[in-house]
Order: sequence, then C-alpha cells, then structure tokens
Amino acid sequence: MGNENKIINGWLMLHIALCLIFIFAPIAGSFVFSLNSDRFPSLPLGEFSLEWYRAIWEDPLVWSGFANTVIVGLTVAVIATILGFGGAYTDFRYNFFGKSFYLALALLPPTIPVVIMGLAMLAFLSRINLSGSTISVVIAHGVMCSPFAMAIIRLRLSQMDPDLEAAAWNLGGNEWATLRHVIIPFTKPAIFAALFITMAVSFDEFAVAWFVSGLNETLPVKILGFLQGQVSPRINAIGSLAFLSSMTLIVLAQLLLRNPDQGSK
Amino acid sequence: MKRPSLFSLVLSLPLLIWQLAFFLFPLLFLVAISFWTVKMFQMQPDLNFGNWQRILTRGVFWDAYLRTMILATSAAVLTSAIAFPASYAISFKLSDTAKRWMIFVLIIPFFTSYLVRVYSLQVFLTDAGIVNAALGYIGLGPFPMLNNTFGTLVGMITLCLPLVILLQTFSLNFVNRDLIEAAHNLRCGRLRTVLSVVVPSAKVGLVIAALFAFILSFGDFVSPLYLGGGNPPTLSIMITDITKSGQQWPRAAVVAIMMIGTLMTVAFAAITYAYKERGK
Repeated sequence: MGNENKIINGWLMLHIALCLIFIFAPIAGSFVFSLNSDRFPSLPLGEFSLEWYRAIWEDPLVWSGFANTVIVGLTVAVIATILGFGGAYTDFRYNFFGKSFYLALALLPPTIPVVIMGLAMLAFLSRINLSGSTISVVIAHGVMCSPFAMAIIRLRLSQMDPDLEAAAWNLGGNEWATLRHVIIPFTKPAIFAALFITMAVSFDEFAVAWFVSGLNETLPVKILGFLQGQVSPRINAIGSLAFLSSMTLIVLAQLLLRNPDQGSK
Repeated sequence: MKRPSLFSLVLSLPLLIWQLAFFLFPLLFLVAISFWTVKMFQMQPDLNFGNWQRILTRGVFWDAYLRTMILATSAAVLTSAIAFPASYAISFKLSDTAKRWMIFVLIIPFFTSYLVRVYSLQVFLTDAGIVNAALGYIGLGPFPMLNNTFGTLVGMITLCLPLVILLQTFSLNFVNRDLIEAAHNLRCGRLRTVLSVVVPSAKVGLVIAALFAFILSFGDFVSPLYLGGGNPPTLSIMITDITKSGQQWPRAAVVAIMMIGTLMTVAFAAITYAYKERGK
C-alpha cells in the first residue's frame, strides 16, 4: 500500500499478541496448575506434581462420566453427520417451496441460548418420559450438532463439479448408485471431518446436558458439579486432558479438510 | 412441479423430522407450558395467565432484565472494540499463510471447555491471584476482580473474542482493496481511511459479529455465576435457579420466552441497521 508505517504496524502486532494472550491465558493456566502440587493455585508455584492426574485416574465418578461422554459423543457424531449429510445434499441439489424454512430449522439451533434449549428440552422430554436418560442427552446434542455437520459437508459439496452427477446419470446410474459411487466418495473427507467436529462439540457441551441428563452425567456436567463444590485442581487435570482429546479431533478434521482429494479413491 | 422422488425424501426428511420434533416443538411447548399451572408439584395443562402476571409484575425480574441487557450490550461493545484492531491487522497486515494460521489458532478456543476456562479465570482474578500479584510488583492493587461486574465481563469477553475476531476478519477480507488505494491517493489519512472507507464497507460483518457477542453474552450463565458471584442474578441464572429448585417450570418458561423475544427484536434491529443504506 505504499506508505506502511513501522510504528503503527508494530502496535497492531502487539495488539494481536495481547488478544491471543488474553484468549489463551486461561487454557495455559489450567495446564500449568494441573501440574502444580499446591491445592490452592497461587503464585509462586509449588512443586511439579502429577497427583491431580492420579486423583482423577482413581476416581470412579470421573470414569463413569468419561464413559457417558464417549458413548454420547460417538452416537451423536453418527446421528448428526447422517442428518447433516441429508440436509447439505438437499440444500445443494434441490429447490422447493419452503426451502428457507427448512434451512432455518436446520441451522438455527446454535443461536438459541443454551439455558433456553435446556429448559425446553427438559420440559418436553420429561413429558414423554425421556428426561434423565442418556438418550435425552443424545437427542439434545443431535439438535445442536447437526448444523455443524451440515455446514462442513455443504462446503465440500459446493466444490463438486455439477457435471459429475449428470455424467453419472448419463452413464445409466440411478440416483442411489450416483449417491453411492460419486457423491459419498467425493464428500468422504468432509463426512469424517463432520464426525470429528460434532464429537468435539458434544464432548464440551455441558449446559443442555446438565438440564436433561439426570443421573447419567457426562464429564462436563461433572465438572460443573466440581465447580459448585470446593476448589479442586482436579478440574485443571480433567480440563487439560479434555483439551488434548478435543485438539486431536480438530487436528484430524483439519488434516482431512486440507487435503481432501487424497484417500477419496 | 414434479412429485418429489423417494430418493429426495429419504435424504431431506430425516433432518426435517428431527428438528421439528426435537427443536421447534420443544420451543413451542415452552410457550404452551407458560400458561400451565403447578399443583402438588405436578404441571397441569391449563390456560392461566398467572405465571406471566407473577413474573412480569416482579421488580426482581425487571432488575435482572435490565442488568442482563447492560451486561450483554457492554460485552458486545467491548469485545467489538478490542477485536477490531486485531481483525484489521490480521486482514490487512498479515501474509496469507500467517492469516490461515491465525484463523486456525482462533478456532481452538471453541473446542476447549468454557467451564474449565472460567474455572481457570477464577485463579487469575482472585485478590491473591496472578493478575493482582503481577500488579503488586509494580505497587498497584489489589483490585477486586472477582464476584463483580468486572469478572463477569472478563468471562464474557473471553467467550466472545475469538468468534468476533474471526467474523470481523472475514468481513474485512471482502473490503475492496482498490477503495483503500484510492483513499490513499486522495491523501486521506490512515485513521480517516479506516473510519470512512474500511468500517462502512465492512459494516454488515461488524454488526453481525457484535450481534453474536450480544446473543452469547445474553444467554451465558457461567460467567455471571462463577465470575460475577451470581447475585444479583441475570435472566439465565434465574432460569437455572427456578428449574433446579422445583417444578415451577412454567415461570422459568415465561423468563425464557421473554429472552427469546428480546433476542429476536435485537437481532431484527441489528440486521435492519446493518443492511440499511447510508443516507447521503
């Protein structure tokens, strides 16, 4: 742009750095204090210690919460990805009366505050005797996660050459065969990315799960319980492990989306 | 008009049915139960305006309403103001590779537990916490930062900042670079270029980013509860309190409907404003 100013640019870079520090300080703090022997986290730090990890390792409540989280996450990922795939393909391929209503219904859930979703789900599911079960968490998370799956798969579909489908039909493939041999292979990386992302979203969602889960608490709901009780560095240990597993899922999804045409054969 | 094929129905209907049954219907159900009555700890279908009357005539509700509005508006304004220089720098000053990395880095917080981050923030903000300890070295403080409005806002900004920076950056990426070149050629100063060329061009994105910050903060109950002390309550805390303390779900439903109504009004106003042509 011709007239760059070094001082202004320097200030702007410093501002980016400060924003990143502000965003990541809590995450980093949680890591550091999970490895600190002091019960009450404060400066200066105590000794390096893994005792909080040992404490959660030996806590059966954490294990049952973890098991619930994984069961819910896997189920939700599969359901949300199937629903999202159907929605994405419908949006890509068809025009019909009421399509904007269809899309609004499919994409709006993330904009509704979670306390309201939680209350609505609780009132409705308890009326049909489904609240307090793992199924109720799966239902609620299915609603909240399918928009993410749909967005990811829709993005991939928009990169597809529209002639590809037409060519398959000309070669005598019916719609089902085309879906199976052309569209699914083409969107496969996005399908896997959607599975990982929705699983990660479900792993972290606690508010709606807290409303509807009853006794079958997921791990984030358990953390909420710890938060209401006493100060415990166990939360930091759980949080750090949750962070690592979520990050693994995100990086896997990112790798799949970055190089989508490899492995689609 | 063709009849829809079996194929198209198999693909489109599952999502439609799922969202109607488990998303739209529960929200409509919420409206219905706001007119129900509670007898012997059991909800009874009814057409009773008592819940509405009870909530809407309470000073406590309107105090919470006002408080929540002020908190969410402040969070949206502060987050937008803090985010803008960063988004501007990412969009205009970074190389494409650095931009991609920055976007990846900003997506990470979405997948870390907000609860754990808030818990960790408590450690930073207490009187003996990291921030006050650091301020102590230069002879300041300690400042009360926890269990007050400051703490709540810090939590809300932590929640919203990554999303707002991302949305602002995307909208700034669409600003026509030729316009800026032209402004420079016409000897428009840096600040004036930003204020009268960049900001108006990216207005829609900037307003929508602020709107998302408002929606997130308005519905958040974690920051007000664990960083703000929970007292006096916000609307979200009211809902969780009423829900968990018994069967008065109809009253909680009234609060929830008031919240949705407010959010829809604010969203409509913000989007109308964003797309409005500037008067000459």
